[in-house]
Amino acid sequence: MCLAIPGKLVEISENAEGVRMGKANFGGIVKQVCLEYTPEVNMGDYVLVHVGFALSKVDEEEAVRTYKLLEAMEQLSELDDPEAEEPVAKDSPTRPPP
Amino acid sequence: MEVCGGQTHTIVKYGIDHLLPGEVELVHGPGCPVCVTSLEMIDKAHAIARCPDVIFCSFGDMLRVPGSEFDLLVLKSRGADVRVVYSPMDCLKIARANPGKKVVFFAIGFETTAPGNAMAVWQAHRQGIKNFSVLVSHVLVPPAMEAILQSPLNRVQGFLGPGHVCTVMGYHEYEPIAERYHVPIVVTGFEPMDLLEGVLMTLRQLEAGTAVVENQYPRVVKREGNQAAQDLVKKVFETCDRKWRGIGSIPRSGYRLREEFYEHDAERLFEVDKIDTQEPSVCISGLVLQGVKKPHDCPAFGKQCTPQHPLGATMVSAEGACAAYYAYGRHLEAGKKALQPV
Ligand code: SF4
Repeated sequence: MCLAIPGKLVEISENAEGVRMGKANFGGIVKQVCLEYTPEVNMGDYVLVHVGFALSKVDEEEAVRTYKLLEAMEQLSELDDPEAEEPVAKDSPTRPPP
Repeated sequence: MEVCGGQTHTIVKYGIDHLLPGEVELVHGPGCPVCVTSLEMIDKAHAIARCPDVIFCSFGDMLRVPGSEFDLLVLKSRGADVRVVYSPMDCLKIARANPGKKVVFFAIGFETTAPGNAMAVWQAHRQGIKNFSVLVSHVLVPPAMEAILQSPLNRVQGFLGPGHVCTVMGYHEYEPIAERYHVPIVVTGFEPMDLLEGVLMTLRQLEAGTAVVENQYPRVVKREGNQAAQDLVKKVFETCDRKWRGIGSIPRSGYRLREEFYEHDAERLFEVDKIDTQEPSVCISGLVLQGVKKPHDCPAFGKQCTPQHPLGATMVSAEGACAAYYAYGRHLEAGKKALQPV
């Protein structure tokens, strides 16, 4: 239950009690989220949501880096054959130098 | 050791532990809040849910956790008003709509969930919603990691840190632990590639002999965490000793409500103090939670104990190690291995 999922902010508003709320789209399902902990977010940002609270903005550049890793891994698995196993493990993708 | 139950789930689902070379063993940590909520607390929840005029609200995964006698679903079938909520904020709506009832929320979870629960209490306090209270059983990760590292049974040489807990709290709290116990800690995300990279970063540290905190999950986690969330959590909660199911009491490993929010404290309002409990003796979930044993080391795993008839908490929640092993067929594998001639 500690899982938090990223959603795209499609609405920002303030409710009757003065709490900053919004709506986030999780792959087609739109849910209410409380934005009190993420005052910096804007419409269209990706936020990480847990039990109805946005806890953090998802950094786009870093997300792209991770998806590149995934891509790299998938390419590696395409090359996969029994003899390639060793080098694949050794050449696993590494973090680009900072 | 991966700390978080969500990480355990991903690892077992994608068979990441099986893909790694034999020298690398992943043991599963205590990071499933449903699993570690003490039996006393569950029995307290049941005692409160049975009171007249109570609407008892909980996250869905708590409904099937066995207490000493039954679970919340059984209580519901016997007529108790038990409701599943998506967010603690939903309880405030229920409380406003039912002024004649007492709405109680079972506030469990790690640091990830604490800001949500803190906000619900804070808003109830601010808006004067008097018929809302919380049964608090919050647990904290760093003291549990220290308890594991201090145990004479400890086998853990490196940690994949809990990415979402650190989203809230940051990771400076982990730096003294890495240093004191000379153990690498890599704050890690929840996708398969995050876990692989987390393992890789941990191994590089072990090979180099370093023991520092690194962040594999910078797209979400910052070193300082979420300050606004930490501020409200501190305003509403204070640390206390907390009993963990299967592990026992760990000093300063939980949150309870601060004095000024006592009118929202269900434990006080309902006087459910004296509850004696007993765990089924076959269950070794405490050792599983500390990474000492694996689910298939338990004689009941997949036999008397299944997700349909859980004997212990690590079988109840999908994030518990026993349930994850069962869901992805590890009990069948264990049977197959036993049949193979040696
Ligand atoms: S399989 Fe069941 S009885 Fe065995 S440790 Fe896991 S939860 Fe406990």
